[in-house]
Amino acid sequence: MDLKGARTGHGSVGLESDDLLRMYRCMLLARKVDERSWILNRQGKAAFVISCQGQEAAQVGTAYNLRPGHDYVYPYYRDSGITLLLGQTARGQFLSLLGKKEDPNSAGRQMPGHYSSRELNIVTASAPVGVQYPQATGSALAFKMRGEDGVVLACGGEASTSGGDCHEAMNFAGIHDLPVVFLIENNAYAISVPEKMQVAGSIYKRAEGYGFPGVEVDGNDVLAVYEAARDAFERARRGEGPTLIEARTYRMTAHSSDDDDRRYREREEIEGWRQKDPIIRFEKYLEEAGLLDDESKEEIAASIKDEVDEASEYAEQAPYADPEEAVERVYAEG
Amino acid sequence: MTTKNLLQAIGEGLAEEMRSDETVMVLGEDVGRAGGVFRVTQGLMDEFGPFRVMDTPLAESLIAGAAIGLSVNGMRPVAEIQFADFIPPAFDQIVNEAARFHYRSNGAWSCPMTIRVPYGAVPGGALYHSQSVEAWFCNTPGLKVVAPTFPADAKGMIKSAIRDPNPVLFLEHKRTYRLIKEDVPEEDYSVPLGKARVHRGGTDLTVVSYGLMLHTALEVARKISNEYDIEVEVVEPRTLYPLDKETILDSVKKTGKLLVISEANLTGSFSGEIAAIVAREAFEWLDGPVMRLGAPDVPAAAFAKPMLDFFVPSAEKIEAAMLELARY
Ligand SMILES: Cc1ncc(C[n+]2csc(CCOP(=O)(O)OP(=O)(O)O)c2C)c(N)n1
Ligand SMILES: [Mg+2]
Repeated sequence: MDLKGARTGHGSVGLESDDLLRMYRCMLLARKVDERSWILNRQGKAAFVISCQGQEAAQVGTAYNLRPGHDYVYPYYRDSGITLLLGQTARGQFLSLLGKKEDPNSAGRQMPGHYSSRELNIVTASAPVGVQYPQATGSALAFKMRGEDGVVLACGGEASTSGGDCHEAMNFAGIHDLPVVFLIENNAYAISVPEKMQVAGSIYKRAEGYGFPGVEVDGNDVLAVYEAARDAFERARRGEGPTLIEARTYRMTAHSSDDDDRRYREREEIEGWRQKDPIIRFEKYLEEAGLLDDESKEEIAASIKDEVDEASEYAEQAPYADPEEAVERVYAEG
Repeated sequence: MTTKNLLQAIGEGLAEEMRSDETVMVLGEDVGRAGGVFRVTQGLMDEFGPFRVMDTPLAESLIAGAAIGLSVNGMRPVAEIQFADFIPPAFDQIVNEAARFHYRSNGAWSCPMTIRVPYGAVPGGALYHSQSVEAWFCNTPGLKVVAPTFPADAKGMIKSAIRDPNPVLFLEHKRTYRLIKEDVPEEDYSVPLGKARVHRGGTDLTVVSYGLMLHTALEVARKISNEYDIEVEVVEPRTLYPLDKETILDSVKKTGKLLVISEANLTGSFSGEIAAIVAREAFEWLDGPVMRLGAPDVPAAAFAKPMLDFFVPSAEKIEAAMLELARY
């Protein structure tokens, strides 16, 4: 693994410099929104934070293949890199973090990280780990039955592969060659439980048993992830069926703001992974490719800081939903 | 108009909806070529093909979960859980997922899906082909639970369930599938969800029942009308959740007495909910204790016939309960 930059060159995967800068900005925005969220938590303003930090490359590299509002996405709670790329905003993230009425995911009903957008085809996400996989196969089956070229992306951590839903879904997707891409963001931990206590053998190799390709990719190399996901999406659009992508990455924060990870992992381990931070690696790549210099880097950083400042202030000022709204919209009308 | 039994009526309702709306589809174990283990979906695969009538792998969470995913991507799936006893693996998908999509997305998403569930004790069914599972689901806001008993109602209600924008659990008592035939209209009609039906007017006491027990209750009500001149008003909720309280309360306010009969065991049952509502909201009209009759608190009906017959409330027990209540 090349720790300096990205292994894969962007020319070879068909990306233009604008694409790369868009990816970079989105990764950095996700990171900065996340960092601000922890500050709001320490200030006692945000009750709960769950982070994307460390997984931005896996998320943005994959999501860059999605057609917003056309393909369907079943994200999991760390996937702010995906939802931001699709078109959710920093403002929306903070409104959700603080449980305000304008929270685009749920109007303050769900914890942060439980994404939803009807317009962007982000299917409302849940807390029970793994339930999204059978649902994703159903949405993929609908595309297939109508002869449409839509693809469904279903995401989860490595522990989401341990329960029955994941197996049931992959088996079904394999039987019918459904247009679904399974993205497993293997960040080495499930709260405190390390991968070796979670995963027998290998996750991506299980795909072979279901009769579709499984690929392992360096999840901290955004271009490598993009390339693997591009192949998977193209395969799905051609009607050839699902792909399982296992993106190897690392959770750089504690599991959530309610967790103290000093109980179960060494600081040195985290430090080691900081050297492989997907954002730093992508910056190096962009610099080497002549697409980013100190000046443009500062410009981007400043514009993101403004965006984050504005968004968090807006969310802090924003009102809560009326308490009585708790009893509304239990059933759909019509 | 032709006469049909319950399973024919449901099958006909499914076929009509599939003809008029190409997003309607059926999925489940053995629903295709075999036409379902009870033959409810017989003939559908020939007419609509193997995608719109899909034999799924044996995986209940997948069946419910895939139905959710279909429903949020333009389809109107009707999933079949082969026996109610095997619904627990799908519980998460139904209760935590389908029932909550609308609420948790503040109204942005909803799951227009139906889950057909054959339930109830049958001879030889034993512990795992017998259960009445309604109580597990009548505590789940966002889900609708319906349990029609008569063929014409069932055809009209399967249509309403399919057209409803919410997830609907559609309970079919297995022992009523072929029990009776009645006139079932050929034309397109629907029976609304959330509306109870009064089967026979009466002034002496109200019985609320559904499924096989409703048939028995109606039989006993006719008998004691003839033999004792006691007139029982029989109310069938048809939709268990959300419940049509008004029809039940109106009846109890007229008769002053309530007996709820179901085949489920009593502790924590749906019958208990009806009793609680009546005890509070019709208190001043009551002339006797709110009574319930159900199965004993044991896991489910046993295999051996004598134990099965002991488990299911019999006509004799129902008659005794009606007469006891009538004496107040
Ligand atoms: C079915 C279920 N069991 C337990 C939990 C509590 N829980 C939330 S996240 C989590 C760990 C998940 O790990 P992984 O899938 O690897 O994702 P990660 O958090 O590492 O990104 C656990 C145990 C849950 N949400 N759902
Ligand atoms: Mg993990």
